Amino acid sequence: MIWAILRRLGQMLFVLVGISVMVFAIFFATPGSDPAARIAGRNASPEVLEAVRKSFGFDQPFYMQYLLMMKRIFVTGDLTSFVNRGWKVVPAVIDTIPVTLSLVIGAAILWVVFAVIIGVVAAATRGRWPDKLLMVLGLIGISMPVFWLGSVANLLTQSRLKDTWMFSWVPPLGYVNFTDDPKGWFLALVIPWITLSILYIGLYGRVLRASLIEAMQEDYVRTARAKGLSETRILLKHALRTSLINFVTLFGLDFGALVGGSALLTEVVFNLHGVGKLTYDALLSLDLPIIMTTVLYASFFVVIANALVDVAYIFLDPRVRES
Amino acid sequence: MVALVGFVLILVACLMAPLYAQWAGVDPFKSTLDAVIQLNGQDQPVMEQSTEGLGLGYNPIGPTWQLGNYFLGADNQGRDVMARLLYGGLNSFLIAGSATAMTLVLATLLGLVSGFFGGIIDTVISRVLDIMWAFPIYLLAISLSIVLIAHGLEIGPFTIESGSLWLPIFIIGLVYVPYVARPIRGQVLSLRKSDFVMSAIGLGASSGRILWRDILPNISTTLIVFTPLMLAINILTESALSYLSIGVQPPDASWGTIIEDGQGLLYSRPWVSLAPGFAIVLTVLVLNVFGDGLRDALDPRSKIKLGGS
Amino acid sequence: MLQVRDLCVSFRTEQGEALAIDHVSFDVEEGEILGVVGESGSGKTVSLLAVMGLINDPNATITGSIRLRGKELVDMNPAQLRKLRGREMAMIFQDPMTALTPVYSIGEQIAEQITTHNKISKRAALDRAVQLLAEVNFPNPEDAIHRFPHQLSGGMRQRAVIAMALSNNPSLLIADEPTTALDCTVQMQILDLVRRLQRDHKAAVVFITHDMGVISELSDRVMVMYAGRIVERATKTEIFKHPQHPYTQALLETIPPLTGEKPDRLKVIPGSPPSLFKRGTGCAFAPRCKYRFEPCSKIPPLAGAVHKAACFKVHPHG
Repeated sequence: MIWAILRRLGQMLFVLVGISVMVFAIFFATPGSDPAARIAGRNASPEVLEAVRKSFGFDQPFYMQYLLMMKRIFVTGDLTSFVNRGWKVVPAVIDTIPVTLSLVIGAAILWVVFAVIIGVVAAATRGRWPDKLLMVLGLIGISMPVFWLGSVANLLTQSRLKDTWMFSWVPPLGYVNFTDDPKGWFLALVIPWITLSILYIGLYGRVLRASLIEAMQEDYVRTARAKGLSETRILLKHALRTSLINFVTLFGLDFGALVGGSALLTEVVFNLHGVGKLTYDALLSLDLPIIMTTVLYASFFVVIANALVDVAYIFLDPRVRES
Repeated sequence: MVALVGFVLILVACLMAPLYAQWAGVDPFKSTLDAVIQLNGQDQPVMEQSTEGLGLGYNPIGPTWQLGNYFLGADNQGRDVMARLLYGGLNSFLIAGSATAMTLVLATLLGLVSGFFGGIIDTVISRVLDIMWAFPIYLLAISLSIVLIAHGLEIGPFTIESGSLWLPIFIIGLVYVPYVARPIRGQVLSLRKSDFVMSAIGLGASSGRILWRDILPNISTTLIVFTPLMLAINILTESALSYLSIGVQPPDASWGTIIEDGQGLLYSRPWVSLAPGFAIVLTVLVLNVFGDGLRDALDPRSKIKLGGS
Repeated sequence: MLQVRDLCVSFRTEQGEALAIDHVSFDVEEGEILGVVGESGSGKTVSLLAVMGLINDPNATITGSIRLRGKELVDMNPAQLRKLRGREMAMIFQDPMTALTPVYSIGEQIAEQITTHNKISKRAALDRAVQLLAEVNFPNPEDAIHRFPHQLSGGMRQRAVIAMALSNNPSLLIADEPTTALDCTVQMQILDLVRRLQRDHKAAVVFITHDMGVISELSDRVMVMYAGRIVERATKTEIFKHPQHPYTQALLETIPPLTGEKPDRLKVIPGSPPSLFKRGTGCAFAPRCKYRFEPCSKIPPLAGAVHKAACFKVHPHG
């Protein structure tokens, strides 16, 4: 048992190191340009370029550069942006995490609840109109680019329908700190929550419906019927519980990716300064140190989420517990 | 089936883009701030004096709903949005299609080699794919994009210019390889253990022959089912990248860039952003429905996940 | 106790209407073991599924009468039928490996059946589950109720399923080929178990199988089905010693003999069962029957006093 955990940790570590190498390679070793210029950003003066070269040791072999970079990010934590001079990168990234977390956790609660309801209702009314309607809605949900949906939402809530009773409570775009104003924090996040979750509700609703329908064909459901259990109980207690295994696995992976910054499109559209938005702004100004750090952070998070999902799997599926 | 027809219709509409532009007498790529069109028998400048604020600056006109006459209005450079929409669609399809082809080819190669030969080759390829896949897709695409868009790409004899359309194609095509390669590898693995392959090996057939004649036909169903799905995903991905200004570069346009163009005009002239969005939703929807139908018809037990994040 | 009269079950499909059960009538007495024999497609499973009310297909049409202790089951309100299912009548199925829900322990699943039909606490139901598992020879019942299905062998799972089915003391237990998926040593154990439990619980058992050997081990009476109809019904001894219907005779002939001369080839019944869509008029077995003659163009009724057969050769006047 201990060996299995150690081995898993080792795998994780390997992937993490691999990712950091890959990120480094993308930013420093892609053929075609001067890495120092990349770090310093556009329009850097020759002195800055020289300073960058020295401090990152570009005169040194590749692996030394890599180790130096890693040291600056993890050990000394003093990697600074060269565009916004002196702005420390690592704390900047850490500051944005609560925003992203607020967005993603809220959306996740919304999407899990609705996806389960939709999946169950669709499976229970399979073939009839509620099922068809829900599936069409789900399809539309996954066909919309999330940033466009956000734009449309903004159009409605900030402009066209702003003064109607329906949307007059929507605050201007932007994030409000929870500690400053809990109610404001909540109101500012409602529309972003809904927007972000629509895609996932569509996706997970469909996945759950398919899982449930498949589960209802299984032999153990036939046994349950022979026992005299009601269809509702069978669907909710037997089929759902078994389908949740797959559902939670997928959820863990997507949730991890979102916290890592995949919500960037939503953050940009709604002007929430989370990890994603930070990455985007850095993109526009080609602020490589920030980009690199956020990308690393995001990937680390995904890998950790992967491992957590494996652990959750053990809790959910008794069949896996033996090994 | 309806979906397939729908898709073809949209595709054809976009292919007719140059014809439409000619017929409407506009150039969708040139800044035409001074253009004047005929509207209801009167001359109507395309950029009209703004009545908001201090009355300074110009606002493009809104939709005229007249085909061939700035149907959807103008964007902030006086260009005909409808014409740009059709051209943009062309680009979106081009990129999505090529990227899909690239992904499928690469993923098949890797999946075949990795699943069939096993051993150290498999371990290495799988690890690399795992690491690639550990990046959230968009972040990987974004990282590659900023680096490559700024400076272009040189690998050995191949050079891709910085503004070329091949860059987004390459990036999007590359990024989804693990997504497709994994299921293919899985299928190849189980096929390899199947009786008929074992007997082919036992009879002394060469690996190449087995791969070509026995395994490839059996994974072709998976590939076929993946195609509309990947097209849909790629259209969404390309539009996201273009929206962030790291996909298609001006002066080329795609649906994503047009949405981005329209951001500044969102509250005054929403159609500039709305139209390409609707186009994307419609196309992706149609592709998804088609993909669903295809999967049900060919391989109802497959567990290919729909959509992307 | 169970009276089935003129039961017909048909399914609407893309290829037309399939008549799976054609006017089947039979009785099951208190405490007896009725063996139902037939090949795949003969309708043996479907007819008993109809009794349990487990045919969920919206394309199915069920007509006729099924009376359990006088209560009419066909067209009964589904909620009422559910009260009977798992309590008065229980059914176990062929493949024990997939019969139990993988995510709950067997104790929980047995307790679920008990609490669904009885107002007792979960704790009490679990205690009862322990008793039941002991009855079916589980070595360590207090431990076993916490086990999950995947931790048990096929034979153990089938025992758990049997324990579960008997948990509410049903008067009727229907067993659909419960031993087919198990290997023969385990098969014998399960058969012994069923026999013992049937005596102890005084339940009637309907045992469906295609294996004549199992029939000879277990049944009191035997019913032979072919193409959705009953072709012969008699006591076990009668069926084996004096089989009347040509199909029964042919079935018995296909069993390889343990003594005497070794045959060159195993005997088979030539031909195959008729399609359920295109039922001709007349005896369903006629195309394969070596005694086929003119009257066989009409459907032979099930005739006879105690030993019944549906064959014009045996009962020329029907």
